[in-house]
Amino acid sequence: MIPPYLLQEMAQLTGEHLVLVLSAMAIAVGAGLPLGVLLTRRAALRTPLLGFANVMQTIPSLALFGFLIPIPFIGGIGKRTAIVALVLYALLPILRNTLAGILGVDAAVRESAIAMGMTGRQLLWEVELPLAAPTIIAGVRIATVTTIGTATIAAAIGGGGLGVFIFRGIASVDTTQILAGAIPAALLALLSDGGFSWIERRFSIS
Amino acid sequence: MGGALSTALEFRDVSYSIGGNSILSHLNVRVEAGSTLVLLGRSGSGKTTALKMLNGLLFPTSGQVLVEDRATTAWDLIQLRRSIGYVIQEVGLFPHFTIGENIGLVPRLNGWPPERVTARVAELLHQVGLDPAQFLDRYPRQLSGGQRQRVGVARALAAEPKLLLFDEPFGALDPVTRLELQDQFLELRDRLRKTSIFVTHDVREALRLGTEIALLHRGKLEVLTTPSEFPDSSGPEARAFLSTL
Repeated sequence: MIPPYLLQEMAQLTGEHLVLVLSAMAIAVGAGLPLGVLLTRRAALRTPLLGFANVMQTIPSLALFGFLIPIPFIGGIGKRTAIVALVLYALLPILRNTLAGILGVDAAVRESAIAMGMTGRQLLWEVELPLAAPTIIAGVRIATVTTIGTATIAAAIGGGGLGVFIFRGIASVDTTQILAGAIPAALLALLSDGGFSWIERRFSIS
Repeated sequence: MGGALSTALEFRDVSYSIGGNSILSHLNVRVEAGSTLVLLGRSGSGKTTALKMLNGLLFPTSGQVLVEDRATTAWDLIQLRRSIGYVIQEVGLFPHFTIGENIGLVPRLNGWPPERVTARVAELLHQVGLDPAQFLDRYPRQLSGGQRQRVGVARALAAEPKLLLFDEPFGALDPVTRLELQDQFLELRDRLRKTSIFVTHDVREALRLGTEIALLHRGKLEVLTTPSEFPDSSGPEARAFLSTL
């Protein structure tokens, strides 16, 4: 079975991995959701902002982590840089789904809300966000699952996490080490996918 | 009736155009309090545009729309809209709200205490012929088209509006349900004496429901008359509509 020293390190690195993913997702949702709402109000911003998020997605992840190292304040070696890179990746699905979810609200429903005298804020909180919730949650779900995988690359720039096992395993051609990183990462991804699909169903109305 | 009739609303030389296309031109209509004006016309005649100017969903390019002698541009829009009931063909019920929550929305927005909202919702469901015990906690998707439209009417009446706007509310219903809802509309109107504006492309509906009929054609007012005199109208558009009878 798994030797105790490995088990202990697995627990520690899984913890680090979770910290990376949770911090990145908290920032990505905290920024992506309001930005997505802003995009529904300002059509002119859609092309530049979605374009930026799109370009971020096309940069190979190892390269993106590398690019950030020399940048002052957000860059350097370690967790902070890794989190910045993860946020940049997670932004697109959240932005896009927030926009699509809100724009997808039935025009007749939106018109009655306005005609009944809802303020802009009431329209957003009582009608648009609840009706867009399943789509927005689907975006967060995709972003989270991808981030769990991408976060393994954080180890390449000293960010820690389960990637430490994988890079070490590759360097020393040690399959046990690779699996010690890959299996918990895969389980985390499956777990969060299942969790989000449950939340998604709770919020959907049909 | 008795007493001086007051003007509930007025279109004063109202024109509306968008992207160089004229949708309404020089519309002049006054509606007395308590009457039902039917805006009759084909698709694209400008009738819905005219209606949406009354609750400030649209504003005239030139001219003025007055509600209770005040131009819609001078109203606090939130306040104006909360004092006007609005019923549309697609109903526009909130799918994530129960029937009770849908009907009670404007009273709640207006800050009524919850007990008063609950009592009002039950009263309204009775008025539109739906059993509160059965419908209160259902969701819109669990209702038939006719039931949804009844809820739409109840929602429009909820906060005791001065004015009711109907945009082809019964257009998507089967003929029998449509007739039932028209009867209910007449019954409610006679009981509540609300000023109503009713948009339709159906002459029968116009003749049945209106106290006045305004026929619009390509953004212009062709005929403004009572239902009893409308069949004597001689214009080509009026004849075209009458030939559908």
